[in-house]
Formats: sequence, structure tokens, C-alpha cells
Amino acid sequence: MKRVLLMIVGIIAILSSIVPAQLKLNGAGATFPYVIYSKWFDLYHQKTGIEFNYQSIGSGGGIKQVIEGTVDFGATDAFMNEQQMGEVKSKHKTSILHIPTVMGAVVITYNLPGVGKGLKLTPEVLSDIYMGIIKKWNDSKITSINKDKKLPNKDIFVAHRSDGSGTTNIFTGYLTKVSGNWKSKVGQGTSVNWPTGVGAKGNEGVAGIVKQTEGAIGYVELAYAEKNGLPYASIKNKTGNFVLPSFESVTSAASGFVKNIPSDMRVELLNADGKNSYPISAFTWLLVYKNMPDKNKAKALVDFLKWSMKDGQNYAKGLYYAPLPKEVIKLNEKKIAEISLK
Amino acid sequence: MQIINLIKRKIFKQQAGIISVEAPAASFSIKNLLGGKNVGDLVFQNFLRFFASILLLIVVLMVIQMVNQSMPSIKQFGWNFIKNNTWDPVKEEYSAWPFIFGTLYSSLLALLIALPLSLGVSIFLSEFAPRWLEKIVSLLVELLAAVPSIVYGLFGIFVLAPWLRTTIEPALGNKFGFLPLFTGPPYGLGMFAAVIILVVMILPIITSISRDVMKAIPVTQREAAYALGATKWEVVKIILGGAKSGIVGATLLGLGRAVGETMAVTMVIGNTPQISYSLFEPGHTMASVIANEFSEATSTLHVSSLIEISLLLFIITVILNAAARLIVWGVTKKYKGRK
Amino acid sequence: MNNLMHYKWRKTKNIIMASLCFISAIVAIVPLFIILFYTISQGISSINWAFFTQMPKPAGETGGGMANALAGTGILILIASCFGLPVGIFSGLYLSENEGSIYAKSIKFLVEVLNGVPSIVIGVFAYVVFVIPMKHFSAIAGGFALGILMMPLITGTTLEMISLIPHSYREAALGLGIPRWKTTLFVIFPAALKGILTGILLSIARVAGETAPLLFTALGNRFWSTQLDQPIASLTVFIYDYSKAPFDDWNRQAWAAALVLIVLIMIINIIFRFVTREKYA
Repeated sequence: MKRVLLMIVGIIAILSSIVPAQLKLNGAGATFPYVIYSKWFDLYHQKTGIEFNYQSIGSGGGIKQVIEGTVDFGATDAFMNEQQMGEVKSKHKTSILHIPTVMGAVVITYNLPGVGKGLKLTPEVLSDIYMGIIKKWNDSKITSINKDKKLPNKDIFVAHRSDGSGTTNIFTGYLTKVSGNWKSKVGQGTSVNWPTGVGAKGNEGVAGIVKQTEGAIGYVELAYAEKNGLPYASIKNKTGNFVLPSFESVTSAASGFVKNIPSDMRVELLNADGKNSYPISAFTWLLVYKNMPDKNKAKALVDFLKWSMKDGQNYAKGLYYAPLPKEVIKLNEKKIAEISLK
Repeated sequence: MQIINLIKRKIFKQQAGIISVEAPAASFSIKNLLGGKNVGDLVFQNFLRFFASILLLIVVLMVIQMVNQSMPSIKQFGWNFIKNNTWDPVKEEYSAWPFIFGTLYSSLLALLIALPLSLGVSIFLSEFAPRWLEKIVSLLVELLAAVPSIVYGLFGIFVLAPWLRTTIEPALGNKFGFLPLFTGPPYGLGMFAAVIILVVMILPIITSISRDVMKAIPVTQREAAYALGATKWEVVKIILGGAKSGIVGATLLGLGRAVGETMAVTMVIGNTPQISYSLFEPGHTMASVIANEFSEATSTLHVSSLIEISLLLFIITVILNAAARLIVWGVTKKYKGRK
Repeated sequence: MNNLMHYKWRKTKNIIMASLCFISAIVAIVPLFIILFYTISQGISSINWAFFTQMPKPAGETGGGMANALAGTGILILIASCFGLPVGIFSGLYLSENEGSIYAKSIKFLVEVLNGVPSIVIGVFAYVVFVIPMKHFSAIAGGFALGILMMPLITGTTLEMISLIPHSYREAALGLGIPRWKTTLFVIFPAALKGILTGILLSIARVAGETAPLLFTALGNRFWSTQLDQPIASLTVFIYDYSKAPFDDWNRQAWAAALVLIVLIMIINIIFRFVTREKYA
């Protein structure tokens, strides 16, 4: 009995200490791009054998673990602020690079049988719903802009994120821009003091609640709504048009900002100009250390990033993300070259 | 004379089998050096002591770490941390009362429901059930304790919450909506679901300990009561009186379990830091906020506040468990001798 | 007349209370069957050979398996045992040897304290001790957290099993001139071994079902990994991740994994009850 146990322990010890032939990188962060990242990493693994282990713990988690240095790369839809970037510099003696990978839309999804896609919402109504001021679906403020839809006399179940989320950051960023009330009472952040509603973990969690709860409303990345057959609202944009989220409307939103994109790529795409722009669009970034101690990993990361800028972009549309505009890809290539390989 | 002694020694050696008996002559001098003690004994004792001390070390280290890491938050908020209501990561204002409330409310409510149920079951097991039935039911109750909390959580999200949302909560809301307990829209997810799951989770603990304590009371007590013409239930009342402190201990242990429960609660409670007496409303507990936010808290103050919450949780569970064990030990020891 | 009515009332009360107790017993047992029923009915459809041998597939795609999670849980348990078994068994032995000393009494108290500490608090501790210095989420951090959870359980079982050995064993051995330490190690310990082993099995069952401490120690891994210093998948975190997802197929896989976990734990528990009951009934 003892001998068998010893043998098993010995075998496991040997297995564990064998230097692996393939490279393994660990990353963590946003749930927003999880659908496409998991596809990318799976494809890339089949192509090269290199394992990119990505855990979607939320943008807040991605930023934190990048600061702590417990991962090789992070992912977030809320770009890091000066203080966070400073912490990386002081802890790891290198700066952090933001590399946008795709664009996506934060959509407002709901569960109203019989209503279908394209419920119209204005920024004011949206803000009031999330502040708990509008409590029922057949409130006059909602019915007056949706004369063609029959809205039930049901309570609105508000769902939001309970974890530190870039998606939350995008959504609250939008509300802060369009509603003075929201700006003063709640504000923008990856984690906020929600006036009302139920919290769930991850994009998956919010989508799950909306899917299972009649009368629920939630904010998720487009892919999560589409993949689950959940309807989403059309939002009134800056020019006054009600726009549905789509690859075209997100790209249109980006086009205005792209001309003045800062060199560190940290820019929001909220409340864009343009009659076909979807107002809650956003980049999502990978967070990469400029100077990684393990050069093999750095090379693997650089190769992957280059692949994602070329082949990777082809998968975006199919998974309901918008591929990056050409100008951004060019800027990315310059940024990727900054990653030191020596 | 000496030959007989030698033969005796040989026979003892044979009887001891593979266990070798030290020849006293060889270790005479060492024995004297050590003042009559055996080398092996000393080595062994210290070896064992070393490992037992690791336990001590771990607990001490944990406490030190927790206090250390909570310092920023303690310095910033002081006692207000426990009293105030805001948990605002944007404004960097943190206070634990919503979570303390959530933990206490859910656990105490669960206890209120679980205690009579547990007592009923343990009375059934120790007094009413025939031996074979008692064994089966005890086994089933203990299997209930073995179900991992993630499976309870899974069940909570996919079965319990929808059922509450579509059937129970609307019904309760319609009939008893005037009570503060049943106000608000029926989410399904929220305090009600958390309390139900906690009841199921602490029931086995209270039941098995109460049953053991009741069984430990000597048969003579029961026989005496029957002799005086008592009905079975009246005998039970007497037994309960004797088992009182053990049951209190069991209750405290159950409460400790409820307070520390993380996964099952966080999956169904709705993760909203708010104070509400309504069962329909979502809430938050100390354990679930740590699970939700720990891996993402970036600012030092946020992390420190979370760790201060874990320190508070630790203190609460230590007090509950220590009190419980002291009481339960006392009772079963009291009766072990008399049997 | 009064006495007779009073007696009848006492009898009725007896029947009422007995029925209430019986009903509570049924109410207590029903949840177990409900949970088993749902786990089996929801999970069985996803149980097939592929589920046990394949790796997870990307989000939104159907199929794939949890081979890495199964292996991960196994490895975490092994690491936990490396921490928990020596400390648990030897502490138990120490406590059984030194019942009187104040040091032993305080250690016994600490064992109870540790037993009640919520697993999430221990997870935070493991994060601070292993993950931050190592700059890695790792299997060893997760295993360490689980090991700490095992320690009080194993100490308690060891202590209990040894206390059940009759004093005559020890007296006989000492009477033969066997030194005390050999008595403990080669006479008492082997006699209690069967009970101790099943106690170890029980603590493994408990620890295999833990999720919270693994969330920020072992993290998770979409790939197969057996390395100690890398994140590792586990059955429980697998269930957690897949249960949150809005993808139907993932939800079914979560149930299937829960089924596997529950079956494993139930079997271990039943073995434990059978062995200990049989010996000391």
C-alpha cells in the first residue's frame, strides 16, 4: 500500500517537473471579448501548439493581476488610469501597453415575450431605469417612444455586474456622459454603487439572468446577446436616430474617434457623432508588458498579436464583434514592435 | 537464577514478534545521561510537537496577515467601517454593515427555520425510530452534509430561484404583501433563496450532534420517566432538558457554518449590498463580497477593506465555534462516565 | 372524569408530536432526493466518454469535455495531502500522547478554530502566501489552501480513532518493555490505521468539493496542465464557470460535472460510514 502510494507520488512528481515542450502563457481579464478570445486561443493552439490560458475574471481582475504580475498578459475594456499604470512601472520596472484587439458594442438586452428586437430607448429613459426611477415596463416614458410595441404591466428587473467589469465601465461611462443625474449620483467605474438591481458575475452571469427572468433588463456585449437569441434595444444616438448595435454602427462610431486616437491607444468610443453610430461602442484591449523577463513568452505573444491583427480579425464579424479599422491596425503594428524581444 | 531470567527474556522477545525489545544493558549509559529517558521517546515527541506546532503557526500567521493587510482600511475608517452603509468603489468609501447585515440576517433566519426541523429529526432518530430506520435516515442526513456547496449553488440558480420567482414569491406577495417580509418584485434570486439553501446545509450539522447528545443520556433516565407513567413525548421533553447545552452547542456550530458559507450563497443571493428585511430583495454577505471582488480590487483601500471583512468573518466564526465546542464537549463528557 | 380527559389529551399530544417529528424527518430527507434527481436528470445527457477525455471547447461551441478539470482536482488533492496528511496525522498523535499539557490543550483549541474558518478566508491567506511572492497563480497555492482545510479534519479523526483503542494495548506493550514511542508508532497507530485512513478519505471528499479558495489561487486552466507552478483546472471551478454562462450546452456540462462530483463524494462518504460503523457498532 505504502509502495503503491510512493510510486504514484513519484510519477506525478516526474510528470510535473518535465520541462514542457510547448510554451504556456497565462492571461486573465475581461469577459466582454471572451467569446472571440477563446476562439482565437483555441485556433492559435491548433496552429502552433502554444497554450494561451485565458481566464475571464472581469476587466478589474485583469488590471489587478497585471499590476501584481501574476499573469503574462491581461485584458480589459476599461483602460488603465495613470495611477494603475504607475503601479505597474514601480512594481515591474516596465511600462504597460494597451493593444486594442477588436471593437464591440454594449447592448441593452431584455426578456419581454412578444416584444422582439429593437425596443427603443433614449439615454434619459435608460438612466432612469437603472436608477430605479422608472419601475414598470408600461411606464409612459417607455411606451411613448415605443408606440408600435405592446409593453406589459410588469416590474422591470434590473440586472448589473457584481464584479469589477470593463463592460460596466463602458456602460456607466455612457450614462455619465448623457445624464447629469447619473453623473452626480453614481458615476463611472468598473464597480459602482448601483441604485437598484441584482448583481451577477461576468457578462455570462448578466446574460444568464436576463435569459431566465421575464421582465429583466441587462447590459451585455453583443456576442452574448446574439449567441443566446436574446433581443436588444436600439438606442437614440447623439444625432437623434435610434440605432441598433451592429458591425456597421460600431465601425461608424469608431471612425470619428480614430482620426484623433492618442498614441497610447486609450480612447473611449462613447456617444459618437454620425447618424449611423451606435452610442455604446468600445474598444477592448490586451494589456502587455513592454519588457517581459521571459523572452520566449514575449516572442510568442508578439507572434500571436501579429496573427490577431491579420487572420484573427477575420473571425470578428462571425462572432458579432467589429474588426479594427485599418488605421488602428497600423498603429497597433507600431505598438507591437515596441515590445522588447531581447 | 540468571539462566531463568535469560529464558524469560527470550520468551518475551518471541511473543513480541517483529517488535524488537531493547536489551536494557546496551542503553544503560545513555539512559543515565538522559536522566532515565529514552532517546527514541524524546526524538519522537519533538517530532510530533513540530508538526502540531505547524498548526499553531498557520493560525497565528493567518491572523497576523489579516490584521496587517487590514491596517490601511482600519486607519481610514475606524469603527465607522462596521456602522456605515456605503460600499462605493468609485468614491473609495467602504463600509461593511450591508454585508454584516446580510450575513447575520440570512444565517439567523436560516437557523430559526432549521432548528425546529433539526430537533424534530433528531428526536425522531434518537427516540422514535427503530434501529434499522434510524441508521438509514442518519446516513441520508449525513449525505446531505456531504453535498458540496457548489452543487447547492447550481441547484439554487437553475431550480430553486426560477421556482421561487414564478410560483412561491408571487403567491406570497399577493397574499401577504403587506408584511415587510414580502415586499418588492419577485426576482427569485435573493435572500429567500439563500435562506432556504442555508437551512438545508445546516440541518445535518445540528441534527447529527443533537442526536448524539440525546443518545448519550443514559437509558435509566428514560426508564425512570416511563415508570412514573410518562408518555413518550413527555420523556422526550425530559431528555431535551438534559440535552439542552449540547443542542445549544450544535446550534452554534450550525450558525458558524451558515455564516461562513460562500459559494452557494453568492450564486443565489443577488450580490447587492443593501439593507432590506424583505425576503424577495437581493442582498450580500461578507463571504460572498470577498469571493466576488477580491481578485479584482485594485486600489489598496479596496483590498484592505475586503481583508478587514475577512478578519471580521474570521472573528465571528472563531467565537461561534469555540463557544460551541466548549459546550458540546462538556455535555458528552458529563454523560460518558455514567454509562 | 378530569383525569381521563387529561390523559387522553396527553396521549393525543404524544401522537401529534410524534407525527411532527416524523414529518420533519421526511422534510429533511426530501432535499437530498430532489438534488440527486435534478443533478442526474440534467447532467446525464452530457455524460459520455468524450466528456471525460476531451479538453474544453471555446465559448459558444458545443461539445468538449472536462478531462483537465478531473486531472486538476486529482492533482490538487495530492498536493493538499502532502500538506495536510503529515501535519494532521502527527498532530493527532501528538494530541493523543499529551492530553494534559497546556500546550496540547491550546493546540486542540486551535484545531477547532481552524475547522470553523470559512474556506474563502483560507483562500485569501494562500493568495498572500503563495500567489503574490510566486507571481503566479499555481496549483501549489490551491493545494496549500485545500491542505489547510484538511488539517483539522484529519487531526480530529486521528485523535478520535486513537482514543477508541483500548488502554490494554498500550499497557501490554509497555509491560513488555517496549519504549513509549515504539508503542505509539508500531502498536497503537497501526491498530487505528483503518479508521484514520477512512477519515483521510472523508477529508478528501470534503476538499474535493471546495470552490471558493481555488478561485484566486489555482485560478483555472483551459488546457491540460500537471505543473505545480501553473494555474490548474478543477472540477468545482469548472462547474462554477460553466454554470454562469448563458450558453445552454455549457449549463448542461456544469450539471454533468456536478453529477460526477456528487457521485464521487457520496461513494467516499458511504464507504466511510460503512467502515466505521461496522467496527464499533
